[in-house]
Amino acid sequence: MSELQRTPLRDFHAAHGGRLVDFAGWEMPVQYRSILEEHRAVRRAAGLFDVSHMGEVDVRGPEAGKFLQHLVTNDVTKLFPGRVLYSPMCYENGGVVDDLLVYKRGPDDYFLCINAGNIAKDLAWLHTRARGFAVTVTDRSADYALLAVQGPQAATIVQSLTGAKLGLVKYYHFAEGTVAGVQCLISRTGYTGEDGFELYHAPGDAVALAEALLAAGTPQGLELVGLGSRDSLRLEAGYPLYGHELSADISPLTAGLGWTVKLDKPDGFVGAEALRAEQAAGGARRVVFFNTGDRRIVRADTPVLGRSGATVGRVLSGTLSPMLNEAIGSALVPASAVADPLAVEIRGEKINLSLVKPPFVALKK
Amino acid sequence: MSLIPANLRYAKSHEWVRPAADGTALVGISDYAQAALGDITYVQLPKPGATLAAGAVFGVVESVKAASDLYAPVAGTVLEVNPALNSAPETVNSSPYETGWMLKLKLADPMSPATLLDATTYGKLLG
Repeated sequence: MSELQRTPLRDFHAAHGGRLVDFAGWEMPVQYRSILEEHRAVRRAAGLFDVSHMGEVDVRGPEAGKFLQHLVTNDVTKLFPGRVLYSPMCYENGGVVDDLLVYKRGPDDYFLCINAGNIAKDLAWLHTRARGFAVTVTDRSADYALLAVQGPQAATIVQSLTGAKLGLVKYYHFAEGTVAGVQCLISRTGYTGEDGFELYHAPGDAVALAEALLAAGTPQGLELVGLGSRDSLRLEAGYPLYGHELSADISPLTAGLGWTVKLDKPDGFVGAEALRAEQAAGGARRVVFFNTGDRRIVRADTPVLGRSGATVGRVLSGTLSPMLNEAIGSALVPASAVADPLAVEIRGEKINLSLVKPPFVALKK
Repeated sequence: MSLIPANLRYAKSHEWVRPAADGTALVGISDYAQAALGDITYVQLPKPGATLAAGAVFGVVESVKAASDLYAPVAGTVLEVNPALNSAPETVNSSPYETGWMLKLKLADPMSPATLLDATTYGKLLG
């Protein structure tokens, strides 16, 4: 096994009691104190997350916009400088290469944020598909650290450290500015379902920025939050995680992300034909979300049982909702089984799944 | 550092036993075990009256991360299970040796706890 990669905050996490684990080849804090408590702190006040393992890519050139419009399923022409777009990026067969954020900085200047575990694969894909476009694709992952401040107090905390007028930076918008004296791309985005910011900055500034945010945020109830809570927060919000609800085998339509698939884009896009065919046929499978009214966690890969008791699908993600105190999760099932009673078996006991349209809890965003 | 009370006996599988003078004993999991598991979300325990052989699986403890079997450190009959763990399994995290106890056993052999590890030996096992 190769050496784990470290973010510039690795020693900061260790010094603050972070329990470090291997996450997609990165040594990352899964928790500091308690996954459940950190989760509740984000919903109640605020949390500070190190997500520096995420990848960043510059896409520049006279055809940068045209290239991205061809490559992703959502409509990049809706962007203007300062605006962010969420989109899947598909293979020709409609399976998902990755899901990502597209930032438009200028007419010929875009910036992507991609999943840590997909960086090498995404770059190979981007470079291959860029042939024939007047565009330059550059991996900038080593040039950025990324801190997320999430929760109802996030805006108050970040505003106390910046002259940027955060009231003017709406959800899925961004601005350039300094936070605690550190030059940042200040993005009003996140993966928790709460208001919040993601701050892209130089790795050498990461410790100073983290210390400043922790100092300013602690009186507001901010806590350090690990990747364990990041996962339960996103699942409670109903957001997909690549490799679970989205994958090379699960298209954005199957995943319920039809709102990000613009089949009417005039010049088409990679995967459009396959996705159009899937939509026309109605889609054989669905990603569904469920709760159980029971505390036993329904873990990923647990078989889902249909009406006859036979296996019809499998669980994609599962955890205990720290807000609801019951098991929640997602599953991949045949579209024909969605209206049937679905169940799982845990240690010999049958537990019924109740399908829920997420989010599981009321959210600000 | 894990807490390892000197007056308890320990199994290598990280359960503890607190024998009483009347031939009964309380059983739970160690501070080391609860910390390693992380947030405990569910504890499945046997019904009173169940008889347990030493080393037998008596239940399951689930955390956000994983589900793990619980092993009877000594043989006995279950007299009582901790009712508080049903609605507040996190009690095992906050108080593994006191309010987070799991079973009250009638010991098959009142001398059996003495065959388990003492606190010093258990501490060395944890390193």
